[in-house]
Amino acid sequence: MAVVSSTSSTVMNNVEAVRATLYEAMRNDDRTIILGEDVGARGNVFLITKDFIGEFGEARVIDTPIAEASIVGIAVGMAMEGLRPIAEIQFADFIYPSFNQIVGEAAKIRYRSNGEYTCPLVIRTPYGGGVRGALSHSVSIEALFYHVPGLKIVAPSFPDDVKGLLNSAIDDPDPVLFLEHKKTYRLIKGEVPDGHYTIPLGKARVRKAGAQLTVVSYGLYVHWAIEAAERLEKEGLSVEVIDLRSIRPMDKTAILDSVRKTRKLLIVHEDNKFGGVGAEIGAMVAEEALFDLDAPIRRLAAPDVPAMGYALPLEEEYMSSPAKMAETMREMVKF
Amino acid sequence: MATTDLRTGGLERHGLSDQQLRDIFRNMLLQRQLDNRGFQLNRQGKVPFALGSEGHEALQAGAAMAFNRGSDILAPYYRDLGLCLGIGLSPYEIMLSIFARAEDHNGGRQFPNHYSSKQAGLMSFSSILAAHLPHAVGAAYALKYRGDDGRAVLATCGDGTTSEGEWHESMNFAAVHKLPFVMLVENNEWAISTPLEKQMAQPEIWKRAEGYGMPGCRFNGFDPIETYAAVKNAMDRARSGGGPSLIEGTCYRYLAHSTDDNDMTYRTREEVSERRKHDPVPAFEAVLLERGIVTPQDVAAMRKDVLRETNEATDAAEALPYPKAEDLYTHVYEGAWQPWQS
Repeated sequence: MAVVSSTSSTVMNNVEAVRATLYEAMRNDDRTIILGEDVGARGNVFLITKDFIGEFGEARVIDTPIAEASIVGIAVGMAMEGLRPIAEIQFADFIYPSFNQIVGEAAKIRYRSNGEYTCPLVIRTPYGGGVRGALSHSVSIEALFYHVPGLKIVAPSFPDDVKGLLNSAIDDPDPVLFLEHKKTYRLIKGEVPDGHYTIPLGKARVRKAGAQLTVVSYGLYVHWAIEAAERLEKEGLSVEVIDLRSIRPMDKTAILDSVRKTRKLLIVHEDNKFGGVGAEIGAMVAEEALFDLDAPIRRLAAPDVPAMGYALPLEEEYMSSPAKMAETMREMVKF
Repeated sequence: MATTDLRTGGLERHGLSDQQLRDIFRNMLLQRQLDNRGFQLNRQGKVPFALGSEGHEALQAGAAMAFNRGSDILAPYYRDLGLCLGIGLSPYEIMLSIFARAEDHNGGRQFPNHYSSKQAGLMSFSSILAAHLPHAVGAAYALKYRGDDGRAVLATCGDGTTSEGEWHESMNFAAVHKLPFVMLVENNEWAISTPLEKQMAQPEIWKRAEGYGMPGCRFNGFDPIETYAAVKNAMDRARSGGGPSLIEGTCYRYLAHSTDDNDMTYRTREEVSERRKHDPVPAFEAVLLERGIVTPQDVAAMRKDVLRETNEATDAAEALPYPKAEDLYTHVYEGAWQPWQS
């Protein structure tokens, strides 16, 4: 953790951590503007910005028309003109209409203007499944965006990281896509240091130390990977779990250090397997540390179907689980 | 709005001084000279690409005269040479863009005609039609939010761009928030090869203004003074807190879309020749001569001066180096670029 100005802490869940961080950002810097669908009077569909409009006013908490391309595009213009917008896409699944504004515009403004213009913008969006969200309220979008230089992507798992990373995203001089796994919103609780602090983007965290297998993950699946690793521990097997926290930039050192120690790598993510984040990590480790490996790299990810279904068996089949993870981990440790 | 008939009617000047009228005309001459130079350089094999604004000269020179330098913000599109010149870009800066030299504002990264200058209040933009309009609206929001009274954003696009979703989204948001924003559509009737009637069923674009809840008007974009009056009116309204406007200038694109396009594959030589008869450059010259605002000697001197300036800009820019290969790696993020963090 980079800067912690307080030794006290408060227990909160992920959604409370997002809310507290946004509140602090709004209070500390009047260049900060929140814009998105239903972020004002309703306080967003998860009530994250509830009561913000009363405190900060309609000019700073903007209930936008339902038009995602312009939500991001207008935020880009605000950022180019010196404000610090935090745009919200109500569900990650709704981000597609704004794809060009993120990939074609925000990510390229610094580059295409040779540094003359910058785009200090945060785009927050809830993503992920396990909440019976069906096709349009459950997707993972990271692989569609992490291919893009000029953009940063963050996906925290724990409330303390939510706060430190969101503060960094807001401070960042470049556009940041901030992914919040909606199943972790109320499920995951933890100590969150009081006061302002930041966690640098691009630094992973070892959430559980282990010796026989490295598991790299992010988002909800970090929690399940830890749960699975703890099951294995009772069987006398030792698994290390790395929480990436940032998907771009990604922490190469943390991954390689761990792999060189355990000599085995499993990447676990909720997004589809083909062309996913795991493919990039696997390729990087194969390039950098192939001869340190004692087993083939494996990926546990969603099957290559367009989406998880609404019906429970379809959702469960699409998603992983602590049990599925434990089974794969066991196979790999014993390989 | 009163209409100015350039050839027969009284010249309604809308407060423009003789010098401003001469400046508008000089801008028009300069646009045409630089346009021609871009195409020449392409045909000489010196540059890979050029875009022309011929037919837009009056519209852009008139509109630029309504722009407050050092205060207003311009969000142009790629056929806005005259506007960019008129708000303060030099021919030298235009040539840096055409030659893609390292000294160019964007370091030779963007296509020609994608000008950018933070100092001139000219927002960086891409080739994706309408993608710059939400940016213009966001900038207008920032002006209003900060209470920057007396400042406004002028955004432009062609007729084809009005088909894009972001065009609509931008208009809607600007109207809801009564932003200091002016949408100037340069209707030249062609979107590369797609004519107006295939682009929209209602060809009077300005009439959409009512649907968004803002005023709109159409003006003759071949007339720089009528253009100035319309843009000034809308910009003054925006600057004084009156909210956005949609204004549409009618003009015509005389050249092909770009040096990569052959317009004879989709429109007739006769059509273009017919429109050439209304060429705004000689038309405005005739008015200025008729009114005694310039003499034939003045015009000859201006043409000579514009050619000299274009030549000097061409020579100066051509002599400069390209960006270095390693410049490819800068300005990805603040600081050094690294896909992986160590």
